[in-house]
Amino acid sequence: MKKLKYALFTGCTARQSTPEQMMSTLAVAKKLDIELIELTEASCCGASHLQDYDDFLSLVLNARNIAYAEKHGLTMVTICNTCQLNTAMTKHRLDKNSELKAKVNEKLAEVGLEYKGTSNVIHFLYAIIDDFGLDKIKKMVVKPLSQFNIAPFYGCHNIRPSELHDESHKQKENPYNPTSLDDLIIACGAMSVEYEEKNKCCGFHVELQAPHTASVLTGNAIAGATDNNADMMVTPCPLCHLKLDTQTKHASEAIGREVSLPVLHMQQMVGLALGCTPAELGLKHHVTDVNFV
Amino acid sequence: MSTNKITTQKVNFKVFRFNADEDYLPYYEDYSLDVTSEEVVLDILNRIKWDYDGSFSYRRSCRHGICGACAIKVNGRSTLACKESMSTMIEYFGNDLTIEPLSIKRAVKDMIIDKADFWEKHAAVTPYLVADIDETPMSENLVSPHDAEELNEADLCIQCGACHYACPAVEINSDFFGPAAFAAAYRFEADVRDSDGERLINVNEEKQGVWDCVKCFECTEVCPKHINPFEKITKLHQMAFKKGVAKNNVATRHAVGFLHSIRKHGMLDEGGLVLYSEGPAIVKHIPVALQMFRKGKIVMPWNMPKSGNLDEIQKLIKSSSTVKF
Ligand code: SF4
Ligand code: SF4
Ligand code: FES
Repeated sequence: MKKLKYALFTGCTARQSTPEQMMSTLAVAKKLDIELIELTEASCCGASHLQDYDDFLSLVLNARNIAYAEKHGLTMVTICNTCQLNTAMTKHRLDKNSELKAKVNEKLAEVGLEYKGTSNVIHFLYAIIDDFGLDKIKKMVVKPLSQFNIAPFYGCHNIRPSELHDESHKQKENPYNPTSLDDLIIACGAMSVEYEEKNKCCGFHVELQAPHTASVLTGNAIAGATDNNADMMVTPCPLCHLKLDTQTKHASEAIGREVSLPVLHMQQMVGLALGCTPAELGLKHHVTDVNFV
Repeated sequence: MSTNKITTQKVNFKVFRFNADEDYLPYYEDYSLDVTSEEVVLDILNRIKWDYDGSFSYRRSCRHGICGACAIKVNGRSTLACKESMSTMIEYFGNDLTIEPLSIKRAVKDMIIDKADFWEKHAAVTPYLVADIDETPMSENLVSPHDAEELNEADLCIQCGACHYACPAVEINSDFFGPAAFAAAYRFEADVRDSDGERLINVNEEKQGVWDCVKCFECTEVCPKHINPFEKITKLHQMAFKKGVAKNNVATRHAVGFLHSIRKHGMLDEGGLVLYSEGPAIVKHIPVALQMFRKGKIVMPWNMPKSGNLDEIQKLIKSSSTVKF
């Protein structure tokens, strides 16, 4: 197989509050011999919040990010569900509306850039599963996580709106019964846990303005995983991770029950199975201790 | 005519039963039926009533996706029974299907629920045109095709409640108006003839308004009329800024804070954003922030990463901004 190569859009979180996510992404890419060219020029995607304020500006900034991936002639991979949503949504809107695309390009021309629509935007989870291949990963596993029940937490913006997911990625994902992360868990040798909240919202986006709603959602998710015998959770989204890993106290208070589980980033889980060390995967950066390795 | 061959398969149904007048607790009845690829969910409800138990109750009227009466849940997914094909349900969930009302806690009899909260919230957003109408006009009041397009598909809502009872924010925060009410509010806010000054303010209030939406896209995913309520919610946010009615509160500052951060660093300054949004209330975040700091999760201001070619980003912000706060 030709060596896989992507333009990496890190997003902001991986460079700040989830350093372990950046470390584990690079460690896994190295193990799988995937080349990642970091888009150091990229700006924040707006996280669906700048979008509430200034729609056009958000489009211009995201189109600029994609334009840099296009310059490399590479597919862009994201490592955050919300980056994926906002980048893929920008692509979707510009590719469908030539008038809007022209308006955006008029602005980008001021800085010598152009959005063409030639680069796909996919989440790293699907790069691993669809492009690299689950079977190949399975064969590379040196430390199967066979003693663990792992609860997949998909995060909204990778699976909804499903139309956007299916347009961006090679394989469809059923938003009511997603399977990609379950399949990856099984490929890593672990048992995947079935529970009601696996495709539900973690509440991250309203943590400041509606803390109660946010905390109940987080609490329900961890409780659902716990009640179905999960030893830990795994997520492809750093924002879900922040919520599930750092907000357990508020979550417990909101649902009136102590909840807390170790939460892995998808990359960390794969990294562990492929034999990366806890240090390479940044496990010490978790607030809820990852105490099983 | 479709050339697809009609296929039949066995499906096991678990059907929610409850009569608020008689039952202390709900229970489930099992049915195993041969389902053809031509049937919709409503056909199954009908067959259960007609062939097995005449007391089984559900709402339906038009059978054409117009009246909005027949929405129920299949395996937890809100579904318009007369429109949703059984093949799609089997594709989504396999051959074991659970049939439930839109909201179990609002169940009155079997699939029939008390939708009072839905209608109250709908009424609360002034879901009608507020305009000074000349009752004897000398000429037609024309709306240009361009202006009419602004309504998008918001006009097509059949008030089925599928989105409302799929919305996690509605479930947790009983003040929250919910996606259908917001779609209705957008429908009239986007209407050039409307002159109501209160509606937009009302739907931007904390707790009840658009700012408590968790951005989960559940509403968009389930809407049988493809209305995309989430998109309408985003537009209501934007309109509040554009029309200058956005209040200065933690929610609006959270949105505007992204702009400040991106202008300064290209990236989001996470700590800076919380400080800008919360103001003095930031103290409540200190315990978690300390825990995060100990785990190396907080970047100090002097170490804030910056985007390459930041000057480009700043230039684009200057030339492409369309709103002021
Ligand atoms: S996107 Fe917002 S309105 Fe729609 S279901 Fe989620 S919380 Fe409710
Ligand atoms: S927006 Fe769609 S799902 Fe919601 S009530 Fe209207 S038609 Fe039903
Ligand atoms: S019966 Fe009228 S919408 Fe289904």
